[in-house]
Amino acid sequence: MATAELEDILERHRRDPLQLLQILIELQAREGWLAPDTLSALAVALGMPRARVESTASFYSFLHTRPAGEYRILFSDNITDRMLGNMALMQALCDKLWLQPGKVSEDGLVSVATTSCTGMCDQGPALLANGRTVTRLTPERIDEMAHLIRRRVPVGDWPPEWFHVEDNIRRRDVLLDHGLAPGQALAVALDRGAMSILGEIERSALRGRGGAGFGSDIKWRSCRDAWGDAHYVICNADEGEPGTFKDRVLLSSYFDLVVDGMCIAGMAIGANKGFIYLRGEYRYLLDRLETRLAQRREQGLLGRNILGRGFTFDIEIHLGAGAYICGEESALIESLEGKPGKPRIRPPFPVTNGYRGQPTTVNNVETLALAALIAVRGGEWFRAIGTPASTGTKLLSVSGDVERPGIYEFPFGVSVAEVLEAAGARDTQAVTSAGAAGHCLAADEFGRRIAFEDVATGGSIMVFDASRDMFEVARNFAHFFAHESCGFCTPCRVGTAVNARLLDKLAADHGSPYDLDEIVKMHRLMQGASHCGLGNTATIAIDDMLAKFRPAFERRLHSPEYEPAFDLDAALSQARRMTGRDDPGAHLGDNRGALAEERAHAHGRATTTGVQGAPASAEPVSAKDLQP
Amino acid sequence: MNDSFLLDGEDIPFTPGQTVMQAAAAAGKYIPHLCWHPDFAAHGSCKLCTVKIGGRFATSCTVRAAAGQEVENRTDELDAKRRTLLQLLFVEGNHFCPSCEKSGDCALQATAYELGMLTPHFDHFYPDRPVDASHPDVLLEFNRCILCELCVRASRDVDGKNVFALAGRGTRSHLVVNSDTGRLADTDFAATDRAAAVCPVGVILKKRVGFAVPIGQRTYDRQPISAGLRADDKAGAGFGEAG
Repeated sequence: MATAELEDILERHRRDPLQLLQILIELQAREGWLAPDTLSALAVALGMPRARVESTASFYSFLHTRPAGEYRILFSDNITDRMLGNMALMQALCDKLWLQPGKVSEDGLVSVATTSCTGMCDQGPALLANGRTVTRLTPERIDEMAHLIRRRVPVGDWPPEWFHVEDNIRRRDVLLDHGLAPGQALAVALDRGAMSILGEIERSALRGRGGAGFGSDIKWRSCRDAWGDAHYVICNADEGEPGTFKDRVLLSSYFDLVVDGMCIAGMAIGANKGFIYLRGEYRYLLDRLETRLAQRREQGLLGRNILGRGFTFDIEIHLGAGAYICGEESALIESLEGKPGKPRIRPPFPVTNGYRGQPTTVNNVETLALAALIAVRGGEWFRAIGTPASTGTKLLSVSGDVERPGIYEFPFGVSVAEVLEAAGARDTQAVTSAGAAGHCLAADEFGRRIAFEDVATGGSIMVFDASRDMFEVARNFAHFFAHESCGFCTPCRVGTAVNARLLDKLAADHGSPYDLDEIVKMHRLMQGASHCGLGNTATIAIDDMLAKFRPAFERRLHSPEYEPAFDLDAALSQARRMTGRDDPGAHLGDNRGALAEERAHAHGRATTTGVQGAPASAEPVSAKDLQP
Repeated sequence: MNDSFLLDGEDIPFTPGQTVMQAAAAAGKYIPHLCWHPDFAAHGSCKLCTVKIGGRFATSCTVRAAAGQEVENRTDELDAKRRTLLQLLFVEGNHFCPSCEKSGDCALQATAYELGMLTPHFDHFYPDRPVDASHPDVLLEFNRCILCELCVRASRDVDGKNVFALAGRGTRSHLVVNSDTGRLADTDFAATDRAAAVCPVGVILKKRVGFAVPIGQRTYDRQPISAGLRADDKAGAGFGEAG
């Protein structure tokens, strides 16, 4: 890279080591990858140890410390993408480009791999092409994409309709029908003052919409009361839970309300600075959001002396780079400080020791939008909606086997069955109520209610009809967590990997009841011993599925007794590939090893060595694929 | 102050600000641990020191002691979890105790003996972790790394050199060295650094002193790790007073 370009990037980021992640993201956008020399030059320029630069560069999925091709194609690999046939499309693209998933083509032109859910579950299958979101993939689009790549057409010149992202709002309530002008809520809040707003938030009994449901007034008050040189507001837009996409819609179409909410939070806690931590998957929104922030500054709705009332508050947008763990608030703050997103030891909590060690409130996008609404309509009005313990409405991202996937705003207390009815779900077998990290409900539980006191959710509702194989859902989730574990603590780092291996063992027809017990055992270890919410929740859905859909797992058992994971016949597979033999004499034992291998090849399990690592069956998952 | 809490039914005094681990160590009580070291800030990653306080799991090296706490430590339930955590650490790396220079001085091995871990139980991951023998005086045997970051902390906080850092994510987490080449020889690392002596397992090994003390006569051969002596503290101060 030309020194002048590097200098330009460094200057814009004030040569601040805390900006390291943002600098790396920009460098990679220009270079396609982060070469060793680039990391060394950066370490010198920022005056920090090179090893620490490498720590950050190697932590995030979207940063490449090895060449990854001029075109970097990442297929979203949530279970909903699988159900829409993403694996067959990925294989088709690889075939057309003469590639193996996870490997860079020999000419360095292109790589194709998978990535965690990109938040397009209502319009999948989806992928990221050099970080840009492409939705509604079809075999035709894949065909044309292969042509465009081979002809080296820049991603920016691909058909614009490919990049179109729909809101798909299906049910509006008080939030999505708010009817407020930009800045209106902020003006009311400035009239009323911080203490009055805190009072309204308290009266509203607003609880955090990320899923944990912590009382917003308590968070804001403890942050306000904490001593510090500066206070910060962070909008957590790292919407990474598989199956959720409601924050994407709020940012796309309700951004002013979110910004009003951030400004109000700033006023309430005494902050002059806010950050939006935008997940890398939503990079396509960045320019639009920056433009709107600039307009608001011109309109006196952001920056110095807002609305002429002497209140100063400005917002900076930081990008993530492919790390689910950064949705955890202390990991998010680490990432905001340019470091790997590993959760901090808590206490102390961010409200006292957050960004730069200062008092910081981290709120979900939806929570901030609701706070703006409450500032105008009042706490009593809000508390009349929903249930006594879960006030207001909740945005639900509904996807999977439904006629109308999209965003549904319901008052808390709505039953799962009502949500299914509204979305047009038929013959529903199971619902994951909080993404990959929450409980999985069976049909006899659909009368339960969406509320913190019953079915708590951050909003990800994935629906599975009777044709789906819940074993494959569990396996997809297990690989998701193995990929996303930050690696800090032993139980989560190794436990998620062991779980993924156990489910692969079952998928390869090598399982025994012993392995099912092992999955339960790992659940009991990880819940409690893990450092943060990721490890503590990583096995909840899998444990539920094992308990409620046991036949889907038992179908996979090879033997009623113990089965070793080591497969003599499979161990010979490399030798078979090298010698080009596959005759009976090249196999050991019965022929199931050969069958498993055949299946593995047909279904693209070669991707286990790939960048993203989740092995996959090639077709959409359904019961008919289970025939032996 | 005579604040105290109960550790497995025994009264343990503490001073305000102490963690449960610090107070227990000062009182000569052993809570199994790998990433904790009395001389360094707590890291809280190995989770071997997980205890139950008032029925809830907690990491004893990071949780503050409080008067009247009832802490469960060496219960069957917790030791079973610790055995599983040890097994996970064993299968994640490449640990061949019989041929390891650190055998008998290794906290991982000694803790496994202490907790009665008889087999690795899980399938081995067999990661590919090349050795770095570039430095004239010190060998880096990454196969045995348990990612405790004690060397990272020692080099940064005591030696002021930042020779080590953890890179990667998940099971791809690995120790990296602070040089353009990634080789230890190209850093300012010295065999006299605190970081050279702090590794609880057999990653950072001094060259040419292998097997100076015969196996059978090493720190944890002579007494179990629960007796409190640390292999990296030959002065033998024991427990919380080392360093």
